[in-house]
Amino acid sequence: MSQFDFLKPKSRQIEFEQFDDRILTFVLERERSFLTCISCGGCTATCSAGNLTSFNIRKIGLSLRRGSINDLSDEIQKCMFCGKCTLVCPRDINIRNVVLLIKKRIAQLESEKTL
Amino acid sequence: MMKNSQVTVTKEIADDNYFYLRSCIRQNFFPGAEKVFLDILKNKLGKNIIDNANHISCTGIGYHSDIVPYETYQAMVARQFALMTEQGLKNAAVSCITSYGGYNEVMKTWKEFPEEEAKARKNLKNATGRRFEIPENISHSCDIIYKFRHDIAELAQYKLINKQTGKPLRIVDHIGCHYAKIFPEKGIGGAEQNTVLSAIVEAWGGQSVDYPERRHCCGFGFRHYLVKNNRSYSISNSKKKFESMEPYCPDMIITNCPGCNMFLDKWQYALAKIEGKTYSGDKNGIPVLSYEELAGLVLGYNPWDIGLQMHQVDVEPLLKKMRFDYNPDEKYLDAGGKFMGQPEFTGCLP
Amino acid sequence: MTEKRNIAIIGAGIAGQEAASVLAGLGYKVTLLEKQERMGGMLNKWSKLFPDFSSSQQILDTVQVSANKNLSVICNADISSITKENGRFELSDNSSLKVYADLVLLATGYNLFDATLKEEYGYGVFENVITSVDFEKVHKSGKKLTTLLGKEPRRVAIIHCVGSRDAKSGNTYCSKVCCITGVKQAIEVTRMWPDCEVFNFYMDLRLYGSKYDSLYLEAQKHHKVQFIRGRLSEISERQDKGLQLKAEDTLQGRPLRMNADIVILLVGMEACEQNADLCRNNTLDLDENRFFKSKNIHYARNISTQPGIFMAGSCICPMSVNETLESSRSAAFLVDKSFRSVQVEE
Repeated sequence: MSQFDFLKPKSRQIEFEQFDDRILTFVLERERSFLTCISCGGCTATCSAGNLTSFNIRKIGLSLRRGSINDLSDEIQKCMFCGKCTLVCPRDINIRNVVLLIKKRIAQLESEKTL
Repeated sequence: MMKNSQVTVTKEIADDNYFYLRSCIRQNFFPGAEKVFLDILKNKLGKNIIDNANHISCTGIGYHSDIVPYETYQAMVARQFALMTEQGLKNAAVSCITSYGGYNEVMKTWKEFPEEEAKARKNLKNATGRRFEIPENISHSCDIIYKFRHDIAELAQYKLINKQTGKPLRIVDHIGCHYAKIFPEKGIGGAEQNTVLSAIVEAWGGQSVDYPERRHCCGFGFRHYLVKNNRSYSISNSKKKFESMEPYCPDMIITNCPGCNMFLDKWQYALAKIEGKTYSGDKNGIPVLSYEELAGLVLGYNPWDIGLQMHQVDVEPLLKKMRFDYNPDEKYLDAGGKFMGQPEFTGCLP
Repeated sequence: MTEKRNIAIIGAGIAGQEAASVLAGLGYKVTLLEKQERMGGMLNKWSKLFPDFSSSQQILDTVQVSANKNLSVICNADISSITKENGRFELSDNSSLKVYADLVLLATGYNLFDATLKEEYGYGVFENVITSVDFEKVHKSGKKLTTLLGKEPRRVAIIHCVGSRDAKSGNTYCSKVCCITGVKQAIEVTRMWPDCEVFNFYMDLRLYGSKYDSLYLEAQKHHKVQFIRGRLSEISERQDKGLQLKAEDTLQGRPLRMNADIVILLVGMEACEQNADLCRNNTLDLDENRFFKSKNIHYARNISTQPGIFMAGSCICPMSVNETLESSRSAAFLVDKSFRSVQVEE
């Protein structure tokens, strides 16, 4: 019945009960300093890629910590590994390593075809 | 399971001599509901309530859809009050939650901005020659049923008991947003833990069941549901509510707002069409009744006289649980006893 | 020395007791008035203190006074009126008690915000919603925090600013100690239950004191406590008596829904209701937050708007334990100074 064929909007709610921790756990086990991020945005402000594209390293970290990892694999490719984010971080997080670990884990999951 | 509000709202509800203000949606979709409310008040509780044929739609749907300007809205409210004044009545009994919120909004406006009241008086005078007095009491009709819930319990022929199991019926409630979210002090129990319907349910032997999305809007939202492109947004809200109720396996939903009642009833059908599923574990869906319809059942009114066959979700499974004495053959007979036609199937899925 | 040496102190919490020992030690005649049956005040309700997890009992024991020739203690004395006649103050409660003094020191402390007023959080309705003070009680008992059904919590949410910085609660000020209390309690929860996830929901984190930020870092680094910037909009109960929380993750700009087994509400500090009574029949004044008004917020924090009445501790504004003790010593110094200047004038 076409008159009932309403589009169902996707919920914008972050659902903690559907937390996908497969990347986060991997990163935290190898780079504990990532625990201390306070989302100050220093990394994003200095980011070479972020100044020219929509890449937002702070938001990527936050999405990970909220368990939403969809659409991450394309996004993370935008990082140029210049390392400026790591230099500026007030919590002394090795952000460059965090990005590396995210890419590594995504590659794993993609090879398992589970992402 | 019923949770008592921590905030005591001592709201005054007039105990007699009401001027009834009807609801467009309730009259159209659930035509027996207002009839049974008037009948209960007059003939069961012995109250004086006037149903004046000259009163009009509160235009709330137009108002909330930005079609009717507030100035016009105030003149409309002034006219309703004028009819009330002409009948010598001071207590308004409002059937619709939207109207109830609207009347309270206008009253508050006039209190804060007396020049608006003066303007409304002038507009009414110019347009109709009428004058009005401010009502002493404005209660929603669910407040009135709440006030007399114990009297109704004494007159009751049925309790809200599942006679098949001997346990109380499990009833979830949905309070219309404009009942207490605009003016929390105007709703029994306040805005967050409203108790007007749960107290009614428990007074009649049922079990009021709390559920996480109890305070979420039914999705009506006026302009959202009226515009077809927005309907998906509207129905997604209803879906959120049904998903939240589902694990509690409620026997029915009780509402106080005509719009919510229509939505929660008919959107179950729409969702079944979209998703191919219901939230009741059967093909029927969860029956949705308003407080006056439920009062009618408890008092033993014939379900077909009070229009329960007009609901999308079939009420017969509920009647069977209550071991209600009714005649299924009369379901689709009109007031004159003539067959009025019947739907292809009842409930949400064939 | 003149004979004008009598001081009445209202409130025998840590502020009142600390000031009493200083002043009695200086040779003044001090009467310490406590409305409760025993001294110690609100600190009796606390288990461990931020930022070092030292025991609050240790503080109570350290400041504990006992009556001596210069110090008398009167408990169950709920002073409700202060009047000045013939150059001296008369303090009375609602019964027959009357105490006379040359100077008065207010150390009446604070009240805790009544969390039931935040209806949307369901305190008193949902049993798994508790306050920070309820948590202290559990901690003090030596038991572990469990759900209503006696189970180990897998996720605990700690809600900041309950009754603080909230126009809807009538308190627009910051209670100042709650943020760091939230960090402390988050760590305490994970110490009880190492596998339990703890989330702190905050509007702004206001950790202003020495060593507080290192506690914050420790909570993140060693206890995996997570901080979400967003004010909780509502708590609902789930079928299993667990709780459903709604907030916005403001850093992502998206609404968020989360289940938690227990919610701890960080209730703020409020001025005592009796403060208004104490202002009658004299020129004492309250500030916009209903705490006692200082003559000057910078150089006369302990001096009230009524000559001869001084103030100490959290009857001035929300204070931590160390600030309270400093405030009382400062008040005692000013009381002493005031007596001396009277002498010089004479």
